[in-house]
Amino acid sequence: MNHLAFDIAHLLAGGLVLVSLLMLYQDRLSALIRIFALHAVVLSASVAWQAITQHAPHLYVTAAIAFAFKAIVVPLALQRIVVKLGVHREIEVIGGIGVTMLFAMALVALSLAVMLPAAATATANPLAREDLAFALAVVLLGLLMMATRRNAVTQVIGFMSLENGLILAAAGARGMPLVVEISVAFSVLVALIVIGVFLFGINARFDSIDIGVIDHGRGERP
Amino acid sequence: MILSPTQAVALLLEIPAFSAVVLLALPGYVWPARLNAFACALTFACSLALVSGRTQISGYLFVDDLNAVFLVLTTFVGMTTAAYSASYLGFEIASEKLKLKYARFYHAMYQAMMFAMNLALLADNIGLIWVAVELATLTSVLMVGIYRTSAALEAAWKYFSLGSVGIALALFGTILVYLAAQPIVGEGADAMVWSILVTRASEFSPDLLNVAFVFLILGYGTKVGLVPMHAWLPDAHSEGPTPIAAVLSGLLLNVALYAVLRFKMLLSANAQALDPGPLLAALGLLSLIFASFMLYRRNDIKRLFAYSSIEHMGIAAFAFGMGGSLANFAGLLHMTMHSLTKSAIFFAVGHIVQARGTQEISRIRGLTASDPALGWGLVAGVAAIAGLPPFGIFMSEFLVISSTFARAPLLAIPLAFGIVVAFGALALRVTGLAFGSPEGQSRPVEASIAPLYVHLALALAAGVWLPPALVGWFQAVARMLG
Repeated sequence: MNHLAFDIAHLLAGGLVLVSLLMLYQDRLSALIRIFALHAVVLSASVAWQAITQHAPHLYVTAAIAFAFKAIVVPLALQRIVVKLGVHREIEVIGGIGVTMLFAMALVALSLAVMLPAAATATANPLAREDLAFALAVVLLGLLMMATRRNAVTQVIGFMSLENGLILAAAGARGMPLVVEISVAFSVLVALIVIGVFLFGINARFDSIDIGVIDHGRGERP
Repeated sequence: MILSPTQAVALLLEIPAFSAVVLLALPGYVWPARLNAFACALTFACSLALVSGRTQISGYLFVDDLNAVFLVLTTFVGMTTAAYSASYLGFEIASEKLKLKYARFYHAMYQAMMFAMNLALLADNIGLIWVAVELATLTSVLMVGIYRTSAALEAAWKYFSLGSVGIALALFGTILVYLAAQPIVGEGADAMVWSILVTRASEFSPDLLNVAFVFLILGYGTKVGLVPMHAWLPDAHSEGPTPIAAVLSGLLLNVALYAVLRFKMLLSANAQALDPGPLLAALGLLSLIFASFMLYRRNDIKRLFAYSSIEHMGIAAFAFGMGGSLANFAGLLHMTMHSLTKSAIFFAVGHIVQARGTQEISRIRGLTASDPALGWGLVAGVAAIAGLPPFGIFMSEFLVISSTFARAPLLAIPLAFGIVVAFGALALRVTGLAFGSPEGQSRPVEASIAPLYVHLALALAAGVWLPPALVGWFQAVARMLG
């Protein structure tokens, strides 16, 4: 049973990294939003599995929040924004997809190389160790996505996938107080409100949510 | 003082939280601005009870020598800035730059930000400090974008995206610290309490602490504005309302550096973990050199002083990175003096921009002739920030350099070089701004001069004579920082 429990947790956490990679080579906005919903589903399954193996009922709450909010509400809201603003178009990528994927693989390798030895001395629990390595990979891939996309909606999705990695890490840390998980969920909520305000604010001003459009004047007009 | 320290701590959080709710409900701007200033003054009065009082509240809040310094400083600058913002905002609304309906929002956010900063400083819990810094970031993002111009929205968006990446990295570091503590301290809330972590840190796994510190310094360092992560700072300062620039520079950067210092203490307590000093010193020196060169080509007066903030946070981070009681003392003094002086400069700059209707340095000339009180205030502020005697920053920079000379003479050369380069840039700019014949017409501005000169007088007084009690207090903190 113990071995099986480990394998399932491993599968789910590894699956999250895989979905992160999937998100990186989407070239249509609506497809990206659907993949993000999948990302959130895998996350909530992973957190729920941690709740079972750790006998930590409060993690079910985290899993439920992740599922309801990030797998259903946010993707629907983003789809609405996309339809309403008519930005069905393709995602603009800085650098090619191929280069991005190479970077992504290097980042995954880096996170495994950094976290596995560092966590080995601290915890005898291999599950916490591997989870941490996968979580770091998801965080770094989210960062990469934010860095290589120009569109505000895609950057928001990159940021949320990054937060998913953080929740995976927090769930893997045995007995971490509930305060933090709630705050993570809360911060996502607040983040969406802020982003929403800005998306509509930006839209009202520019008729576009392409960051490239507002990225001109930096106060240093020659 | 009649208040007990525990009551004072509760009031430091309750007054801003309550005022934020009340201000959100009040229409108009004249009375809300007064109430805002009054609430800040009340908060400052409460913080005075912490000058001598120390307390600890059940694993979530505490007051020790280190955060008491910052609490008094934060509430003081919060109070003067609120007084200043009353007249600043009046002009912005009269000139229709800011819509009246946003003024209510502005005051509520101001108090929410004060609440978040007090909470971050009081927190005895690594999770709570993270939540508080995140809250402070979100409120300040909303304030930066309040003018709704395209430049303001861009600045707010940039600040938000870089700030939240920083805050995400800091959370990852926080989780790693918890994981390092959990086998030693045990599962649950105790493994996140500062006061417990510091006493047990010597038993933690050094590898995990090392990785954690890298994330924490990148995460909170973004909020400090240390140089490769500083890109949000100049935009956020130049596009938001000027009182917010004063609070960002004078207070929020300090709060983030305070968080870094707390984690540095944790690593210092573990003999096997990497020494956090060189990393912090290197980032600080890089910020100083980079920002001092960036000062030269600025043509936006608020961006100029934003880069100067990066420079000074670099000096403070360098001093703390060097470590030792003298350098720590100097770093602490430098943070205090920088808060007072930089917010004073922004007080002057805000009214100057209102009077001249432009932020472009090349279009502002002869301020001492057209607006003597503001012009000379700016000259005095820039002299203080550039490190001229007899102001306080001269003393703290002198202490940083001399303590560096004693321990690592080679490092003192780039440090002194950076300070001199920055001095040159500031001297060059301020002569153009302040002297010569005034160009264009100056709109009359009902300027509130008092906060500006109060800050300058304090910075001057500190440069001439520091009270022995204050020196003793700062020395105790310096010993604590190791």
